[in-house]
Amino acid sequence: MTSSMTPIDPADLGGADALSKLRALESEAIHVMREVASELERPALLFSGGKDSIVLLRLAEKAFRPGRFPFPLVHVDTGHNFDEVLEYRDRRAAELGERLIVAKVQDTIDAGRVVDGYDPAKQGTSRNQQQTQTLLDAIEEHEFDACFGGARRDEERARAKERIMSFRDDFGGWDPKNQRPELWNLYNGRLRQGENVRVFPISNWTELDVWQYIAEEELELPSIYFAHEREVVRRNGMLYAVSPYLQPQDGETVETLSVRYRTVGDLTITGAVESTATTLDQVVTEIAATRITERGETRADDRASEAAMEDRKAQGYF
Amino acid sequence: MSELAPTPTVASDDPLLRADLLRVATAGSVDDGKSTLIGRLLYDSKQVLADQLEQVEQASVRRHGEGAVDLSLLTDGLRAEREQGITIDVAYRYFTTGDRSFILADTPGHVQYTRNMVTGASTADLVIVLVDARQGVIEQTRRHTFIASLLGIRHVTFAVNKMDLVDWDEGVFRAIEAETTRISSQLGIPDIHVIPISALQGQNVVDRGELPAWYPEDDDHPTLLRHLQTVQVSTDRNLTDLRFPVQWVIRPGEGGDTAGGRWDAEDLHDYRGYAGQVAGGVLRPGEEVQVLPSGVRSRIARIETLDGDLDVATAPMSVTVHLEDDVDVSRGDVIVGADEDPAGITLREIEADVCWMSDRALKPGARYLLKHTTTTTAAKVDAVIDRVDLHTLEREDAQGLELNDIGRVRIRVKRPLVGDTYLRDRATGAFILIEEGTNDTVAGGMIR
Repeated sequence: MTSSMTPIDPADLGGADALSKLRALESEAIHVMREVASELERPALLFSGGKDSIVLLRLAEKAFRPGRFPFPLVHVDTGHNFDEVLEYRDRRAAELGERLIVAKVQDTIDAGRVVDGYDPAKQGTSRNQQQTQTLLDAIEEHEFDACFGGARRDEERARAKERIMSFRDDFGGWDPKNQRPELWNLYNGRLRQGENVRVFPISNWTELDVWQYIAEEELELPSIYFAHEREVVRRNGMLYAVSPYLQPQDGETVETLSVRYRTVGDLTITGAVESTATTLDQVVTEIAATRITERGETRADDRASEAAMEDRKAQGYF
Repeated sequence: MSELAPTPTVASDDPLLRADLLRVATAGSVDDGKSTLIGRLLYDSKQVLADQLEQVEQASVRRHGEGAVDLSLLTDGLRAEREQGITIDVAYRYFTTGDRSFILADTPGHVQYTRNMVTGASTADLVIVLVDARQGVIEQTRRHTFIASLLGIRHVTFAVNKMDLVDWDEGVFRAIEAETTRISSQLGIPDIHVIPISALQGQNVVDRGELPAWYPEDDDHPTLLRHLQTVQVSTDRNLTDLRFPVQWVIRPGEGGDTAGGRWDAEDLHDYRGYAGQVAGGVLRPGEEVQVLPSGVRSRIARIETLDGDLDVATAPMSVTVHLEDDVDVSRGDVIVGADEDPAGITLREIEADVCWMSDRALKPGARYLLKHTTTTTAAKVDAVIDRVDLHTLEREDAQGLELNDIGRVRIRVKRPLVGDTYLRDRATGAFILIEEGTNDTVAGGMIR
């Protein structure tokens, strides 16, 4: 096994050898997406209009253009959305010319398959739990065998132990003690009967990596990621947007503050942060200096208990 | 505030955009203070955020009563692990200091978790082996060093922990240094460092702290983090043997999600791009190549990416290659250099070291699927040649391999592999075995 080629001095490669961290992570993610597209029959890409799934869309372009994406985009819609995000979602899908499937939690509720967890009269209620059922219904209806998601291992400690390809049983459940070993870049995409797989191509990215990639790639984001004036109420140390779905309760006062969002989810459980950052540069600077994790600061769903994410994943959550 | 986000203006000389990536695996057990070490690395390098620290402080009080913060709790992942005080699985941690970012694969150390260490080390550039200064080099140290060498790790750092408990005795350190150096040289590990630390006291991990005169403050006596920041790994890749396993053929006129959307491929009818990740060597436009296993010859016409064409591509870049001639190429084919002798890298029978990862034992004659680069083919294990005794590291005769065993096997494949020995190129020398029926990944293998 010898080669007659002359060994190459890395210095002659004009920098091509020194792949920056972001380019290394990008290359890994592209590889994962192409493997899944090759080995699975019917993948889908979960697209919420949030920054992580926006990065996934760019990675899909890098992996498959000028071909069409070998999967549709799927949004699991709780019905409690920021208008700016829905507008962005629809426009982005149209620009890409790719198919968007919207799976609505409201439809699952109307069909009587789940009970609405959201009660406008009760603080802290949301449709967070019901999304799981809607997602599982969509997977079944469209016979998806793989769903790309934008989850990252730095987000939360259960995720720190989840594989890039996370196999789920019929109920979408994740069994952390029974995960397939993932060696080198050799992914085993073969499913058992009734199984499907969640695939997280940006598992190894941090929040800051995502922001820097967005800046580097000049990706457009929904406007709520940048500082804007908004009516909010303070609740359990978090700032919630006042909306038709979230009204001030007794004793709460509505304040108008300059805020931005670090994550974009259901607006009844996603908190804003006070900020004056109106450009990506400024947001990246703020994120680099922050002392609180993304989920700790802005996601009520993860504050419920020490193992909140682990438990929800076992039940089929993203 | 307009609907559209403002145009980004991050300067391209931002050091974080130039940062490179070092993948590190840590081997050791709770008893060696591994969780404390990782907690210390994250904490002292200011990567622990306020809400995480608050969680750990509260948990420390619950666990140990009022007092010092137990940094090992930072890395506790799953509920089952917290309840049992053990590490079950590989956990990944991320931190950045200066010009370098780190992905830390935190793997448990006991012999029953050998497969987890193999998994964590499979993607690592460097392995940290923890040694308890009070115990010196023990069986577990030898095993971890052996597994690192088996996985082709070129950089091993021995972190001699709990030096405070031996009063920073130079003799203790020198003895461990001599023994770990001897073992590494026997195993052929080219680059090793031995560094004394106390993770609990925070000495010589990120900050130097008060250290004795025999470990002076100079470039030859770095802190653990300083060493991780400066170790050179860019020359580890194979830049000699051109290997491009075709992963996905881009044909805009065909396939894709055709049920909707309005993707227009009118002017792309003749487009045919071979997408994949470079596994070795250097690709350049104009280079003469051959496609294996067919042996068809052509030249590289273009190396395409969404960001424009490239003049040169090396591992591990994901690119799309165009050939000058209209040849038949599909997933699983490998593009190699024109000078390459196809017979030398077309493998129908291989000898390999495998780590067995299933509780169903391997027996000679068993059939599996073998995935190697982008090829999956039927494979038969003709013989189990030996098994490594993970206590003595001696190779011994074996009739089969059980969970967490490492051994040498002979495998025959249905479709020939285009591959190299693992030591020559990790990307084209590695494979996994998949059990038909369960579809479980039952082994990781390295071609010898």
